Amino acid sequence: MYAQMVKTAGTGVKSQDEMSDQERAFQEKIDADIKIEPKDWMPDDYRATLIRQIGQHAHSEIVGQLPEGNWITRAPTLERKAILLAKVQDEAGHGLYLYCAAETLGVSRDEITEMLLDGRMKYSSIFNYPTLNWADIGAVGWLVDGAAIMNQVPLQRTSYGPYSRAMIRICKEESFHQRQGYDAIRKMAEGTPEQRKMAQDALNRFWYPSLMMFGPSDKESVHSAQSMAWKIKINTNDELRQKFVDQTVPQAEYLGLTVPDPNLKWNEERGHYDFSEPDWSEFFAVIKGNGPCNVDRLAARNKAWDDGKWVRDGLLAHARKKRANKLAAE
Amino acid sequence: MKNEWPLWEIFIRGQHGMSHRHVGSLHAPDAEMAIKNARDVYTRRNEGVSIWVVEANNITASSPSDKGPLYEPSESKVYRHPTFFDIPDEVGAM
Amino acid sequence: MTRDETLQQFLLRMGDNTLILGHRVSEWCGHAPVLEEDIALANTALDLIGQTQMWLGLAAEIQDEGRSADDLAFLRDAWDFRNVLMVEVPNGDFGRTMMRQFLFDAWHSIMLGRLMTSSDERVAAIAAKASKEVTYHLERSGDTVVGLGDGTEESHARMQEALDYLWPYVGEMFVSDDVDAEMVAAGISPDPAGLREEYDELVSRILSEATLTIPESRFAHKGGRDGRMHTEHLGHLLTQMQWLQRAYPGASW
Repeated sequence: MYAQMVKTAGTGVKSQDEMSDQERAFQEKIDADIKIEPKDWMPDDYRATLIRQIGQHAHSEIVGQLPEGNWITRAPTLERKAILLAKVQDEAGHGLYLYCAAETLGVSRDEITEMLLDGRMKYSSIFNYPTLNWADIGAVGWLVDGAAIMNQVPLQRTSYGPYSRAMIRICKEESFHQRQGYDAIRKMAEGTPEQRKMAQDALNRFWYPSLMMFGPSDKESVHSAQSMAWKIKINTNDELRQKFVDQTVPQAEYLGLTVPDPNLKWNEERGHYDFSEPDWSEFFAVIKGNGPCNVDRLAARNKAWDDGKWVRDGLLAHARKKRANKLAAE
Repeated sequence: MKNEWPLWEIFIRGQHGMSHRHVGSLHAPDAEMAIKNARDVYTRRNEGVSIWVVEANNITASSPSDKGPLYEPSESKVYRHPTFFDIPDEVGAM
Repeated sequence: MTRDETLQQFLLRMGDNTLILGHRVSEWCGHAPVLEEDIALANTALDLIGQTQMWLGLAAEIQDEGRSADDLAFLRDAWDFRNVLMVEVPNGDFGRTMMRQFLFDAWHSIMLGRLMTSSDERVAAIAAKASKEVTYHLERSGDTVVGLGDGTEESHARMQEALDYLWPYVGEMFVSDDVDAEMVAAGISPDPAGLREEYDELVSRILSEATLTIPESRFAHKGGRDGRMHTEHLGHLLTQMQWLQRAYPGASW
């Protein structure tokens, strides 16, 4: 999922008695599945948490263009190049839809972008890992988009109208992403020995970072409870992680690839796979900035933003001149 | 100086004969570029045959607190709906 | 050259232009000045890649040696490429990229307009499809050139610099040679030299709206469309583009 460890504002779920009349009416609407729209009253903490969550999700889409974009110029066929380019273009689109949703909460795209660029806001830990061989492009689509979809499908029902509508559009477009990834890695798993090696290598490197995407266990977290009461978080991190493992393991088996977890095994009693937790100390290091690609990713985004300033200013200056001329002529 | 491109609301007619529908927003320096950007952002999968763009600033929206006075009075005007009237079966479709 | 070989040269010229330019434009993905431009540039690149599949696909079909568009794209060396030099030079800043796009789109749209009435139906069909895409490319790149040329002092200066840098690469698009003569005789394609007047009219109208000055020198680099002398940049581009196919011959992807 693209929004990890979003800090929920406030002190946790309030009881009915602790709520003001406005807060109670607000919560009742959410409980009745009535969407909250931009001009509706909402608690400040709800607004603040949503800005963090939608913003982090949007930043993840934009930074997420980089690891896959890394292979566009090296895609091995014209068709693969077109598919990958269309896919990475979709990520830009998804970032755009989400920034627009955040804007309805009163934060402009430029403001929220600057918070990413100067490190005040985060993006998903997964995009701080490198893409090193062509099978990584398959693995990212299959595993990373697969994990993201787990979270995004339920979020279509989230309580905030603009966020929900953005997620509906995103999920509609996203459905091709995971499939193209699986298709690309399948071709390699069924290919030459070198291609198989690339596919296994990609799975080895992306398995645990994909599990980390769901964030550490939050079943005890008061913050998560509040976000769930507000319906801006629908499932716990552990539920989604389990669902992801259960779905992905048979897909890996079909490819004849080995999931890099010696403890992985089907638990008949639970009806789920048992699996090893990822190394959470690595996760926290990556979140803090000490992952393989953090510095490069942020530098690339900063460069695009800084280099683009004269373009944004130039086109706007021209638009203003045009409007002034038109007014003068009237 | 703050130089952010204005925000535009995008409306797209999905098929001939349908109304334009709000699909989302985007940024553009002016209306002409907003239409082009809408074409590139919101019709990537054959979604449109016509585009309207409106600068978000120019939209006047009703206030949520007016919801009662604005919409509830029509709830009691049930006679505006065809199902209010019983037509004998013998008369046929109407 | 046999007639088919000549036709193939013509098809490579069309397909290599779109292949190399599509590659260059795709380099912007994730790095453009604003999200809307990022998405628009990717659309342009996708159109160009699609056109490449058609042109090179037809070239491979005519060659009839069981090769595919991919084989032509990924397994030829620099001397076999027939694109004009302008499309292979590095992107530079966004201004140079858009100026090149405009200067190419203007030629491309005129050329495709003529090819729609080609005596070769296959060529005409590709041109008809590509022409719709390129009409939009030209509108967009033209608007951007005008907007930036007539924007701020800085954007104006950068666009003038881009135009000065790229102008010497314009002439190559209008040089006619034996291949062209044979294609003209067969009614397959127009004489490149004959497109210049319409091009100059179009380009100078937009550039003057952009408050930019066309350099006086008519010096023109050449060597791309006949493969005699590419720039140093093409080899690097191919090194990247062809790497997987070269490193793992025979693998399918």
